[in-house]
Amino acid sequence: MADKIILEIARYSPEQDQQPYFQSFEVPVYKEWVVLDALNHIKDTVDGTLTYRWSCRMGICGSCGMMVNGEPKLTCATFLSSYAKNGRKIRVEPLRYFPIVRDLVTELSDFLAKLTKVKPWLMPKDEPPLTQGEFLQTPEQVDRYKQFSMCINCTLCYAACPVVGLDPVFVGPAAIALAQRYNMDSRDQGAAERTAILAHPDGVWGCTFVGECTRVCPKHVDPAGAIQQYKIAAVLDWVKSFVTPRGHGT
Amino acid sequence: MNEGTSKEAATYTPFHPRWYRPHVSVYWWLGEWHYLKFILRELSSVFVAVFVIETLFMLSSLRDGPEAYAYFQQVMRNPLLIVLNIVSFLFVVLHTITWFNLAPSAMPVRMGGKRVPGALIAAPSYVAWVIVSGFVCWLLLR
Repeated sequence: MADKIILEIARYSPEQDQQPYFQSFEVPVYKEWVVLDALNHIKDTVDGTLTYRWSCRMGICGSCGMMVNGEPKLTCATFLSSYAKNGRKIRVEPLRYFPIVRDLVTELSDFLAKLTKVKPWLMPKDEPPLTQGEFLQTPEQVDRYKQFSMCINCTLCYAACPVVGLDPVFVGPAAIALAQRYNMDSRDQGAAERTAILAHPDGVWGCTFVGECTRVCPKHVDPAGAIQQYKIAAVLDWVKSFVTPRGHGT
Repeated sequence: MNEGTSKEAATYTPFHPRWYRPHVSVYWWLGEWHYLKFILRELSSVFVAVFVIETLFMLSSLRDGPEAYAYFQQVMRNPLLIVLNIVSFLFVVLHTITWFNLAPSAMPVRMGGKRVPGALIAAPSYVAWVIVSGFVCWLLLR
């Protein structure tokens, strides 16, 4: 007989509730079960109305992010057993600072709009013709941006960042890290176009370097590092504009 | 559905009435140790400023002669100022350590195509800190 643990799950029905409330469910603790397995167990056998996002259950799709005991976590990578040892309850809530659509589902339009704003795609100005073959990169050139390219848009970093909660216009960690991913790519020449969004009070200068985004990132992207590195690059660019005003921005 | 209605339905509404919008408390930083640590780190810059102001007063009194410096020393013996200086010292130590630890994140150094580990970037700062502090102690205690 498997051990049991109580899951306190935030429920919110926009048609019936003024605000979210917690509902407790008892679930078995199997060694290989993660929080997402427990949610699926509840939905399949106890309450089919429980609403949450999930897809790949292997840390790739980034859709099952939730607050687990106050920490932003991918529920597909958060084992029940690590909480059950001390007989603790597990409190599952939707990701912090996002509007709540229903139960554990957050509204992502604002995040997606910010993501688009930083133009996270390659913008080559002097793209060689196809006849020249592939665009080769050295391992060093790949290494410069690879860490930032691991982002799965799970938005855990937004739920960890108090600036996102206090200043809703802040572009946020994942979007800036992704912008930096393209800025650091040797095939891209779009850094100047991204400057208007990034080197702005709502961009990198909104960041106070709390560092929580990096701590909670399940893919070790280090958004806080990306933001600080862009701050230094932006200042150097600004100084350069005084030294070489005519050549600046080209 | 006519064209006007479908257009209206597609309009993005940032203040959807049925979404629940959580409120961020003024005391958001008290609930979690990580946030409290951040606030203490930010607060530490105030105590850095306290030391800077005290140093400026000390230099000013040195410029004004031995009597002024003796008066400065007498003022600094005030128990309240001693407590303030102890608290300031602890905050300045916190400021220094957190600054040194954050520096590798902001300054990625690459050697031979690989990123140098953060500990190796922070280490010279700590070594320099110990050397400078040792030199100042030697100046004061010799």
